[in-house]
Amino acid sequence: MKSIAKVYTAIIFVFLFAPIAILLVFSFNEGNSLSVFSGFSLYWYEELIGDSNTLEALRNTLVLALCSSILSTIMGTAAAVGMNKLRSKPMRAAMNTVTNLPMVNPEIITGISLMLMFVFVGRMMGLATSLNFGTILIAHITFSLPFVILQVLPKLRQMDKALPEAAMDLGCTPLRAFLKVELPEIFPGILTGFIMAFTLSLDDFVISYFTTGNGFETLPIRIYSMTKKTVTPKMYALATIIFFAILILLLLSNLADRDENERQKARRKEKADR
Amino acid sequence: MKKKLLALAMALVMTVSLCLSLAGCGGGDTLTLNVYNWGEYISDGSDGSLDTIKAFESWYKETYGQEVKVNYTTFASNEDMYAKLKSGAVSYDVIIPSDYMIARLKEEDMLLPLNFDNIPNYEYINESFRGLYYDENNEYSIPYTYGVVGIIYDANQVDEADVGGWDLMWNEKYAGKILQFNNSRDAFGTAMYKDGIDVNTTDKAQWDQALQSLLDQRPLVKAYVMDEIFNAMESGEASIGAYYAGDYFTMVDAQADNVDLQFYYPEPTNYFVDAMCIPSCCQNQELAEIFINYMLGEEAAIANAEYIWYASPNSLVYENETYQEDMGEEAMAILYPDTADFSTKYNQLAYRNLDNEMLDYMNTLWETLKIN
Repeated sequence: MKSIAKVYTAIIFVFLFAPIAILLVFSFNEGNSLSVFSGFSLYWYEELIGDSNTLEALRNTLVLALCSSILSTIMGTAAAVGMNKLRSKPMRAAMNTVTNLPMVNPEIITGISLMLMFVFVGRMMGLATSLNFGTILIAHITFSLPFVILQVLPKLRQMDKALPEAAMDLGCTPLRAFLKVELPEIFPGILTGFIMAFTLSLDDFVISYFTTGNGFETLPIRIYSMTKKTVTPKMYALATIIFFAILILLLLSNLADRDENERQKARRKEKADR
Repeated sequence: MKKKLLALAMALVMTVSLCLSLAGCGGGDTLTLNVYNWGEYISDGSDGSLDTIKAFESWYKETYGQEVKVNYTTFASNEDMYAKLKSGAVSYDVIIPSDYMIARLKEEDMLLPLNFDNIPNYEYINESFRGLYYDENNEYSIPYTYGVVGIIYDANQVDEADVGGWDLMWNEKYAGKILQFNNSRDAFGTAMYKDGIDVNTTDKAQWDQALQSLLDQRPLVKAYVMDEIFNAMESGEASIGAYYAGDYFTMVDAQADNVDLQFYYPEPTNYFVDAMCIPSCCQNQELAEIFINYMLGEEAAIANAEYIWYASPNSLVYENETYQEDMGEEAMAILYPDTADFSTKYNQLAYRNLDNEMLDYMNTLWETLKIN
């Protein structure tokens, strides 16, 4: 039984990581084939550094992901705090459903409907072109907002309601109580929400495709449009770099989490000792 | 905790300033030119080649004393490009669609007639590339690249005796080694060229006949592919497939040791032309024309042709000795078959835009092929 479990786990890991491993190996290929490994070289990494269009697309993607994830984290946290304070149950349920809608809506419908709305508003304002950086930013905030709310809300529910009340009893203003007591409590949720929003924005293709303007090309769009010829191994190199960057980020955040957990444990022990 | 909050706040400040600087670029006296092209379809400075867009920007600055920023974006298919343009939400100044799409855009008044006073380099375009069906009077478009569909085969697997004509793709000897297009128009095209049917026919019986050919071929086909053909041919998994001449060289470049890819043109076959046009939403037509003219100039045109590996209709390119040397004799022979009667052959054999009824019919037949 145990060996079956081991084999099963191994298979799962192969399916998850084999594609990434292949990509990683072939990013160091001397030739440009995905089937023949002709020798180790850093050629495609050099090519990538020299490709200004791809680097600009990468910069666009990162700027967009940062802007949209920060804004949606702030908005999502505020929304979650507000929703948590709602007294009426049906109202809260209704709010929940509404915020979850963009999450379950097929991306293509979100994309097209946003585009139509932007075009409509653009026409009303008499603009020649209605799509630009602003529109794609709004679109990305729209689809990542529910994910942030979904991460923050449970943390608020878990939190002892007496904590902020106690803080206010002891003379804190509500704002101060929120910043000093509530925010640190729910911060792990906010951080996860932020990371989710960031990664979602990073790899979104469908919605970006419909809502981006003429001068703003993101990386997924650029890679997609390479299919007329063939996707160059430069992209494998880029994907490898991104993969490792994200891996390091994840490791760091896990380490931070562990520290946080240990500190909490220590605090709890201290309390028990007293 | 405080540190984390601080870090977050710093990140916020940095992002906002980045956003501002990004927005700031658009201001001032800088002109902008929006170019919409296929992906990987321009020389981009990799491997020591010319970065055409950057070169245009600095050339313009030197010549006209004004900054110009080219917003270069890419599309994956003619249909994608059309949808984006039709939505009216964007404005492009120069687009490079394929022939049949140009015919459609022209029909829908989505193109502006070009002012050739601003495009003197048009004279270098080969005479054979004028009067093509999609732009009979040469008013709206200037050819950028062209190509011919040929058959690629692995000489280590295929007998020389079997080579020639479309029949190779129907040869039972090579069952399980043949690749067919995973795209209705191109797949039907191969069958129709083989059977001597006009690819633009509106006679449904002839389409049915082509379907029968494809059904006959189906047991022999290894896979229906688009750009997966590169890997399948390079690795030797498949031995026969139809694709564009320019892409054949990409495959040869990456073929495995035990694979020997060869190429020939069956008769008759398909031709395509991708051409530069100015859509009617253009904001600065003169600048767009200057850009097109620059792209036709010797330096840019050669750099692009060497990067894309498709044939160029520009005599500054194919008559240039350095270019001929860089390409090599074999490549020149394959890429540039005799073009003297190009326009006649092209107008007779190239795909045209089918009307909706025929498109629907073709798609129904295609589903029959793929599902049953």
